[in-house]
Amino acid sequence: MSGGDRGGRPPRSALSREDSGGRPSGPALTGAFRAEVRDWLAAHAPAEPLPSLDTAEGFARHREWERELAAARLSVVSWPARYGGRDATLAEWLVFEEEYYAAGAPARVGQNGLSLLAPTLFAHGTADQRDRFLPPMATAEEVWAQAWSEPEAGSDLAAIRSRAVRCEGGWLLSGTKTWCSRAAFADRAFGLFRTDPAAERHHGLTYLLFGLRAPGVTVRPIRQLGGRTGFAEIFLDDVFVPDADVVGAPGDGWRIAMSTASHERGLSLRSPGRFVAAATRLAELWRRAGDPDDTALRDRVADAWIGARAYQLHTQATAGRLAAGGTPGDLGVRSSLGKVFWSELDVALHETALDLLGPHAEVREGPDGRWLEDYLFALAGPIYAGTNEIQRTLIAERVLGLPR
Amino acid sequence: MGGSERDQFAAAVHDLLSGADVPAAARRWADGDLAPGLALWRRLAGLGVSALAVPEKWGGLGASPLDLVVACEELGHHALPGPVAESLAAVPALLAVLADTGLADTGLADTGLADTGLADTGLADTGLAPGACGERGLGGEWLAGLAAGDLIATLAMPPRLPFAADAGAARLVLLAEDGAVYRARLGAMHRSVDPARSLSEARGGEVLARDAAEAAARALDLGALACSAQLLGAGRALLEASVRHASVRAQFGRPVGAFQAVKHKLADVAIGLEFARPLLDAAATALGDDAATAGRDVSAAKVACADAAYRAARAALQVHGAIGYTAELDLSLWLAKVRALVPAWGSQAEHRTRVMRELSGQGGPR
Repeated sequence: MSGGDRGGRPPRSALSREDSGGRPSGPALTGAFRAEVRDWLAAHAPAEPLPSLDTAEGFARHREWERELAAARLSVVSWPARYGGRDATLAEWLVFEEEYYAAGAPARVGQNGLSLLAPTLFAHGTADQRDRFLPPMATAEEVWAQAWSEPEAGSDLAAIRSRAVRCEGGWLLSGTKTWCSRAAFADRAFGLFRTDPAAERHHGLTYLLFGLRAPGVTVRPIRQLGGRTGFAEIFLDDVFVPDADVVGAPGDGWRIAMSTASHERGLSLRSPGRFVAAATRLAELWRRAGDPDDTALRDRVADAWIGARAYQLHTQATAGRLAAGGTPGDLGVRSSLGKVFWSELDVALHETALDLLGPHAEVREGPDGRWLEDYLFALAGPIYAGTNEIQRTLIAERVLGLPR
Repeated sequence: MGGSERDQFAAAVHDLLSGADVPAAARRWADGDLAPGLALWRRLAGLGVSALAVPEKWGGLGASPLDLVVACEELGHHALPGPVAESLAAVPALLAVLADTGLADTGLADTGLADTGLADTGLADTGLAPGACGERGLGGEWLAGLAAGDLIATLAMPPRLPFAADAGAARLVLLAEDGAVYRARLGAMHRSVDPARSLSEARGGEVLARDAAEAAARALDLGALACSAQLLGAGRALLEASVRHASVRAQFGRPVGAFQAVKHKLADVAIGLEFARPLLDAAATALGDDAATAGRDVSAAKVACADAAYRAARAALQVHGAIGYTAELDLSLWLAKVRALVPAWGSQAEHRTRVMRELSGQGGPR
C-alpha cells in the first residue's frame, strides 16, 4: 500500500494469525488439579507475609516454606517425578501458578534455579548433573543464584571477561560477577566464563556451576533500591570447578545460555498468575478506595486488568500451541514481545495502585505496604533478563525483519 | 469451523482481496462510485463471508463469532469499504432474534424490500429485486438476502452508534433505539474522516419490534467485536507497510529502519497487536458461548484492539514521514479507517467503564 505498489499483495507476514499462537487452550480440563492446589494452599500458605527473602531471616523462612511445598510435591509440578515433580503439563503448570498467586503465597526463593538453571539442565545437562542438582533444588536445600553480568558486561553480555583456566580435573575461575540475584544468601551459582582467551565475543565461553562458599569466592551483598540485599557482587580468585560441573561442551556456553535466556524472558519466569492476581487486587483497591470522579485513574485500573487478562490469554494460547507440537524455537524469538509487555504492565499496574493510595502510598508497613514492595520489585523488570531496549531491538530485527 | 479451517478461510479472504485492488475500489467509493466496492462485496459473499452470522435456518452458515472475527480481521487488513460490522455482524444478529420472535405487524410484508427509503437519498438501487415475502416473513427474507449477498444492511444505534454508516450502499437501514427497532428513515448525510465512509442520520420509521433491548444489546456487542477485528487487521496492515517502507527508504546512507528509534517504535506496535489478539479471540468465544463475561470481554477487546491499531496508525504516519501525510499514498486509506473506527461502537471510555463495572460482577466505587 505504498505509493508504488498500490493494490499489491500485503503479505500475511508479521503477526498474522498462524504465527501468533492459535487459540486459547481449554482451561477447564485441569479442574481436579486446580482444586487440589487451591485446597492445599488455603490450608498451608502463611496467613501473614513472610519477612522479605532478601534478608537473612526471610531467606531462611522462605527455604522452610519451599520444603513444605516440596513435601506436598507442589514445588516443581512440571518436573519429572524422579526429581520431585509430577510431570504436569504446561496447562497444569499455568493453573498451579494462577492458584499460587491468587492465594498470595510466598515469593519463590529458588526462582533463579527453577526458571533458569533447571530448563538448561533438562536440555543440556548430564544425567549425573540432573541427579545431583535437581532434587536439592526442588526442596530449596540448595538455592541457586545467577551470575551473568559483569561490571563491563550488562546488556552486552558477550563482553564477558571472567576467565576459567584449565587445570587438573577441571577449571579455575577468576574475575568479577555482579548484579547476581539472590547471591547474598544462596548456596550455588551458574554463569558464563571465558575459557578460550583467543576467542572473541560469543565464542570461547563456557557454562559453569560453582559453590558460593567454595575457597576463593567472596560475596559482597549489594543493597537495592528497596533497601534490601537482593543481589550481590561475586569476586572469584582461582575457584576450582570440576569437569563434572561444566554444562554442555566447553566453548558452547553462549548457545546454552541463550536457550536459558529465552526461558527467563518467556513462559517460566513470569507466569500470568502473578499479574492476574495483582490486577484483581487492584480492582478491589479501586472499589474500596477509588474516587468515582477520577475517571483517568479508573481507566488505568481498567487497562491494568485488560493487560493482565491479555497476558494470561496469550500465555494459554502459547501453551496450547506447544502442547499441539509447536516449535519452541519460535517461542524464543517471540518471548521478547512478552518480556516487554509483562514488565511494563507490572510497573504500570503498581504505579496505578500507588496513585490510588495517594499520600498513604509511601508507607512501607501495614496492609497496603505490599503495593510499595511489589512496585519496587516491578521496577527491576524492564532492566533484568535483557533490558527492554535490547528486547525491542530483537523484536524489530528478528520478528519484524527490519535491517540491522 | 475448526482452527485450521479458520486459517484457510482467512487465507482465502486475504487472497481474494490481495488480487482485487481494494484501494482503487475504496477511492472510487469515496468519489461516490460504489460499483467496484459492491462487486467486491458480491465476491466475498461467494466465499460465504456475508452468510457467516446468519443462522442456517435462514440460509446462512450459522458460524461462530470466532469465524466472524477471522473474516472481519482480513477485511480490516485490506481496508474494505462498506458497512462491515453492520451488515456482516450486527444486523444479522438483530434480525436473527426478531425473525424468531416475529416482527411487529406493520404492513411492511406487502412492500417487501422495495421500499428501502433510498429513493429519498437519490442513490441507485443496488439490484435486489423486490419479491413476495412468503412463509419466511420479512425478517427471514432479509436474513436470506444478507446470507446470499443480495442485501447489504446498516444500522444506527444511538447513542453508541449515532449514525448509520454507508447507508448509500445499504438497501436496508435499521434504527435500534430505546429498546425498539425501526426501519429507519434517512436524514442528512455527513462525511467521515474516512473518505470511503458516509454517516447518515436515522429517524424512526415503521416499528419492526418493541421490547428488543436484549437483541439490540447483543447486536451491539457483535458489532463491536467485528469492529475490533477490523481494527486489529488494519493495525497489522499499517505495521506491515511501515516495515516495508522503513526497509527501503534510506536516509544518512542507511535504511531508516536500521535506526533504533524507528525499530523501537515499531516493536511497540508489534507488542500492542500481539497482545490485543488473545482478547479478541476470547471475546468471540465468550459471545459464542453466551458467557456471563461476554460484555466485559468484548469491551476489553475493543479497548485493546483500538489502542493497538491507533498506535500502529500513528507510528506508520511518523515512519513514512511527509509522504505518509498525503492522501495520494494508499496508506491514508488505512490511517483514516482506523481513526474512524476507534470511537465507533462505543468509545474507549465507555468500554473501559464497562470493564470496571462488570469486573467480579460488582460496581465500581459508584
